[in-house]
Amino acid sequence: MAYDWLKGIEDHYDIVVIGSGLGGLTGANVLAKCGHKVLLLEHHYQLGGLATWFTRKGGHIFDISLHGFPIGMIKSIRKYWSQDIADSIVQLKGVRFINPQFQIDTTFDREDFTRQLIEKFQVPAETVARFFTDLRAMNFYDNSQETTGEMFARYFPGRDDVQRLLMEPIAYANGSTLDDPAITFGIVFSNFMSKGVYTFQGGSDVLIKKMATQLKANGVEVRKHVVVEKVLTEERDGRKQVIGVVANGRTIRCDVVLSNANIKSTVLRLTGEESFSPEFVAQTKAVRVNSSSCQVYLGIRKGETLPHIGDLVFTSEEPVFSSEKLVDLHTTSRTFSMYYPDTRPGSDRYTVVVSINAKYDDWNNLTPEQYAAEKQRLIDESIASLEKYIPDVRGKIEWMEAATPRTIERYTRHWAGTSFGTKFEGLKVSMDLPVQLPGLYHAGSVGIIMSGWLGTINYGVIVANQIDKALAAKKRAAAAVA
Amino acid sequence: MTKDDCKKLVIDIISDIAPDEDLTAIKPEIKLRDQLQLDSMDFLDIVMELRKRHGIEVPETDYGQLASLESCAEYLTPKFAQKS
Repeated sequence: MAYDWLKGIEDHYDIVVIGSGLGGLTGANVLAKCGHKVLLLEHHYQLGGLATWFTRKGGHIFDISLHGFPIGMIKSIRKYWSQDIADSIVQLKGVRFINPQFQIDTTFDREDFTRQLIEKFQVPAETVARFFTDLRAMNFYDNSQETTGEMFARYFPGRDDVQRLLMEPIAYANGSTLDDPAITFGIVFSNFMSKGVYTFQGGSDVLIKKMATQLKANGVEVRKHVVVEKVLTEERDGRKQVIGVVANGRTIRCDVVLSNANIKSTVLRLTGEESFSPEFVAQTKAVRVNSSSCQVYLGIRKGETLPHIGDLVFTSEEPVFSSEKLVDLHTTSRTFSMYYPDTRPGSDRYTVVVSINAKYDDWNNLTPEQYAAEKQRLIDESIASLEKYIPDVRGKIEWMEAATPRTIERYTRHWAGTSFGTKFEGLKVSMDLPVQLPGLYHAGSVGIIMSGWLGTINYGVIVANQIDKALAAKKRAAAAVA
Repeated sequence: MTKDDCKKLVIDIISDIAPDEDLTAIKPEIKLRDQLQLDSMDFLDIVMELRKRHGIEVPETDYGQLASLESCAEYLTPKFAQKS
């Protein structure tokens, strides 16, 4: 008989969390600290969602998510996790751009960008200052219809080089395009510009293990290898509400489900259309999932070293920036995440993770032979590109492999293998969920602004607050009756 | 509970949320955001702590009432009184 991954769990929890991405993990931790009984279920054998890692023989450790986030992470990690984890956050100072329009080295903060925009790009100082100040004042509820492309045209007309400098890194951070609402660029860009780019010293493995330890200390029951098949609902007082989940074939009762799965999966697959109004189902179906990513992982042989060529290197051979070209199957745009030994103190190893934006449909309709060939092409092109900056790198590579949108789909179960959640309209569906079906909440990558390391953590807290509020009201009502 | 007691409780919460801030010289009538490095997530934390520590619920539409220490006291003191 197969091992029972749910062995010893209780019959009822206040909250069942589906999925252990950063939103699910953080939501679970905050709710447990509020005194609720929480069960967290993850289908994979490892926690973290896309904030994860894998190991390969030869001592290689590869981090998955682009290892750069804004300084706001220090505060969020300290408040919702611990000072200890926050203390391991360090700045990545070497951000580079190499493309046919310009080559620059930057610390990727407002001060340095202001200097470069004025000196190198010859933009008037007043325009640069106004751009930064206006962006800082953006709010997600402002309801402006302007797109990022239109906004760039307003501040920097005819300057596709400036547009590239501003847009390209954010497209890798959250999958947004020139056609998305300006706010999806503005909030994330402002967060980065505040103080630059940061990462966890020690790697994703250390981070997630520390988080798991804290979850346990706070009383969260964490189970891996558990697939949630269904969110159970029941009609009470003439209204449907959440009463539990079916996971690995077993029914677990709960008052609240916090889904860290994709929003479309949560509504259309896990819960089912029958539990919602036709209007809400239509709204959910209309939500566009965001694009996805490919990655190439290059492990350097023990004993070999690489020169310091920067921490995050944004490269492209495209003559100008184009959101369509960036996700093209044959794009020449790649970001090199360089992991030097100081990434994991005590280690003497080097790895390179190449991130390439991609479309699921380009990868999903290939024969097994085509799929293998396309993956090999990605690896070959990535190494050839890296050789321009490190000419002898090929001989130092011991391990190479590629991941595609299909890999992401397999390990995260994300709808259409997306690595960046949904477009802007997904946020409204996510936030309306508990109004549509009492007891059902969603905290996952949605709306572009609730994406990425910081966005998902903070969204997990925002939704945890709503759940805590609802459960507190329920308790007050029960006490009043008694 | 007096308004001054209420202000103390709010300062207690802020000191946990923003331990690096100097809270000794807060001007009660000035917006907290204008004198401290507080963002919208910090205000959400204040709301959560009020619920956790004191069983007080601040509806989203009233978040604006927490802008300054003075407005906090004005808004929250009656809520504390109702509770006891």
